[in-house]
Amino acid sequence: MLVLIPLAAVLITAADGGWGAFWDTVTSVQTASALRLTVGEALIVTVINVVMGTALAWVLVRDRFFGKRALDVVIDVPFALPTIVAGLVLLSLYGPKSPINVNVANTRTAVFLAIAFVTLPFVVRTTQPVLEALERDVEEAAASLGATRLTTFRRVILPALVPAIAAGAALSFARAISEYGSLVLLSGNLPNRTEVASVRMLSYLENGDQAGAASVAAILLVVALLVIVGLDLLQRRMARRGE
Amino acid sequence: MASEASRLREPLGVRIALRVVTIGYVFALVAVPTALVFKNAFSDGAGAFFDALKDPSVTHAFNLTIEITVISVLINLVFGLTMALLLVRYEFPGKRVLSALIDVPLSISPVVVGLALVLVYNGRTGWFGPTLESWGLRIIFSTPGMVMATVFVALPLVIRELVPVLSELGDDQEWAARSLGANGPQTFWRITLPGIKWALVYGVVLSLARSLGEFGAIKVVSGNIVGQTQTATLVVEQKYEGFDQTSAYAVAAVLAAAAMLCLVIVSILRPKEDSE
Amino acid sequence: MSIKVSNITKTYGDFVALDNVSVDLPTGQLTALLGPSGGGKSTLLRIIAGLESADTGQVNIEGTEATHLPPQKRNVGFVFQHYAAFKHMSVAKNIAFGLEIRKRSKDEIAQRVDELLELVHLSQFATRLPSQLSGGQRQRMALARALAVEPTVLLLDEPFGALDAKVRKELREWLRRLHDEVNVTTVFVTHDQEEALEVADEIVVINEGRIEQIGTPDELYDAPANDFVMSFLGPTTLIDGKLYRPHDIEVFTHPGIAGSLPARIVRELRVGFEVRLTVELLDAAHEEITVTVTRATQRSLGLRDGIDVWLSPTHGAVPSMGAVV
Repeated sequence: MLVLIPLAAVLITAADGGWGAFWDTVTSVQTASALRLTVGEALIVTVINVVMGTALAWVLVRDRFFGKRALDVVIDVPFALPTIVAGLVLLSLYGPKSPINVNVANTRTAVFLAIAFVTLPFVVRTTQPVLEALERDVEEAAASLGATRLTTFRRVILPALVPAIAAGAALSFARAISEYGSLVLLSGNLPNRTEVASVRMLSYLENGDQAGAASVAAILLVVALLVIVGLDLLQRRMARRGE
Repeated sequence: MASEASRLREPLGVRIALRVVTIGYVFALVAVPTALVFKNAFSDGAGAFFDALKDPSVTHAFNLTIEITVISVLINLVFGLTMALLLVRYEFPGKRVLSALIDVPLSISPVVVGLALVLVYNGRTGWFGPTLESWGLRIIFSTPGMVMATVFVALPLVIRELVPVLSELGDDQEWAARSLGANGPQTFWRITLPGIKWALVYGVVLSLARSLGEFGAIKVVSGNIVGQTQTATLVVEQKYEGFDQTSAYAVAAVLAAAAMLCLVIVSILRPKEDSE
Repeated sequence: MSIKVSNITKTYGDFVALDNVSVDLPTGQLTALLGPSGGGKSTLLRIIAGLESADTGQVNIEGTEATHLPPQKRNVGFVFQHYAAFKHMSVAKNIAFGLEIRKRSKDEIAQRVDELLELVHLSQFATRLPSQLSGGQRQRMALARALAVEPTVLLLDEPFGALDAKVRKELREWLRRLHDEVNVTTVFVTHDQEEALEVADEIVVINEGRIEQIGTPDELYDAPANDFVMSFLGPTTLIDGKLYRPHDIEVFTHPGIAGSLPARIVRELRVGFEVRLTVELLDAAHEEITVTVTRATQRSLGLRDGIDVWLSPTHGAVPSMGAVV
């Protein structure tokens, strides 16, 4: 109930002003561009997370080197760090006082960085245990049947990892479109340029327009739901197709 | 042993390339920036660092954060344990829906969480807000609302840790205890709880870290009133935007240190949990 | 000689898995590597397959120097104890895998897969996933997958170890018939002496990283090289410092046979058609000896607890001549 009632309130408030008011809100130039930016960046980051997350899981499970355990712990830092601190953390390397002279504050790159930071652990943490549980003899069987390492990875290992990677990608996308704290300081919240949906929502709220905020929230909820369901379907199809 | 000796390893070049790319990515994105926060916090010397923390609005914010965190963690501990037991040990209609809903707070924006709470509980137009306010209970823009927001976002963490451990544990031992004459509470304290204690501690530490660091939801429900409903994370934003970078970095460093401490505790606990 | 292994040594840290092992496995034969767990037989099989590399020594497969060839290039079929099925592929896809890697034409692959499904009696399961098969069916699928690429040698690592007793017995009879049909040089690892005796043309007994004896099942059973081989191949009992099979000792209810030993039955245990008697020698040491007789013998002689008997090794019984283990 603690969860359900408030969420129902969001959807009902969004629908309160009727379809017209809802449509006007989400198609207003500033809101529409915030939504586009949010979803677009979230998609890019999710794709990068799929690649880097799988590679990281691989390195953590299959490789052995000094400092591996430290790497394992560092990957959890974005989970543990307060989001506002995460924003400040990124500002200290990529902001106006950057020691390496890279200043991306108030640009779309900053939005990308912040989202990539907070979503880094998802794919790694869903894929890692599956990779650990994968039996070596399956790979050995593929090898003795003549498959190269690359073929074995593509045709035997990857299909086994797909469900886990998809689950991680779904979580990572959901988190990416809803990110707020880390962006507040870093992105500058420039309307039509670096303002994301969460920030837009808050400014509706601060102007007393609860219906407007709820409309944006409803869109976010629906997009998150679509992606989660979509990835779930993809995962099931992969499991059935047998490739 | 056999797998290490196995000839099925990637060529050294591939392994090193993967290593360099992934470690480089993590360093550039996470490790180096995080380290810099600590450096920046002390860039004006340790004196300035501690002065910044002694500022009354900062101390008040820390106290408020601790208060909210302690209450939220306790609620989540009791509530999470009950929910987990309910989900694993009992059959009831709607169980699948409930277990799907548990994860919702993890995948929606904290701002949406805050917004939802405001819509329901605000004193003027909320669903329950006016009624509660007429009883003298103010939720939004005060501590109860902030606790609710924190409980909401951190709730899944305890449950998600407990559910797999509870289902793996099974109820054989509990039935054995019952058959030996133990009553409900005795079974719980002497059999169930010891079996899940590490998962419980793990979940609590995670929700502690999350509660300390909550920002978006808190910002929406708190009203962000300096010296009253401003938490530590809100102070970081306000100080940074007020060009008081030293204070912002100082508070951030303290919060980051607390988060790191939670991480270290978790990573020490994890192998213990495995070996038991 | 099809597989020639010479002077192979393999260590894991301090543990010596194989200690200077040499063996020749002839073409077309079904050979068993028999020995206790941890004795090195699986390691030897994996070295032949190229899944592990030896510290020293050579492997030669069908005249090809293979010591440094990767597993992909050895053209070896390998069957694992736990099936190693590709879980996301159908049975047919599993079997086709090696052929697809070798880029055979679609028609050829389809035809070959059909033949193999027929051979392992899985035709009606072609489109199922491995998780929908029983253990025995999965292992037959794994065997078909290994045979699909027409390997030079077929290697099986405890192939029936994960199956229950009844299926295990069926499958090993089936493996023997399959081998007679396909005739590919086959080596399988087992710790079950009955399995090795029943299926193999030749048995290599391996223990503690060394080869104890090589021979046909009859040779091993009738003329074990040492006490280890004798006791590993079946039950033994000790008389006068020599090992005998419990069924190679004759029991008499009266004295008079030259050299027979007076004794008393102290326990009897009936297991199906055989009766295991525990007999105590009536000498100073009161040694206990196990003797196995058939149910019919027990009845006709009236053998039971407490009666006195005389024991004598059966004419032609071969005691082990090795040192007492």
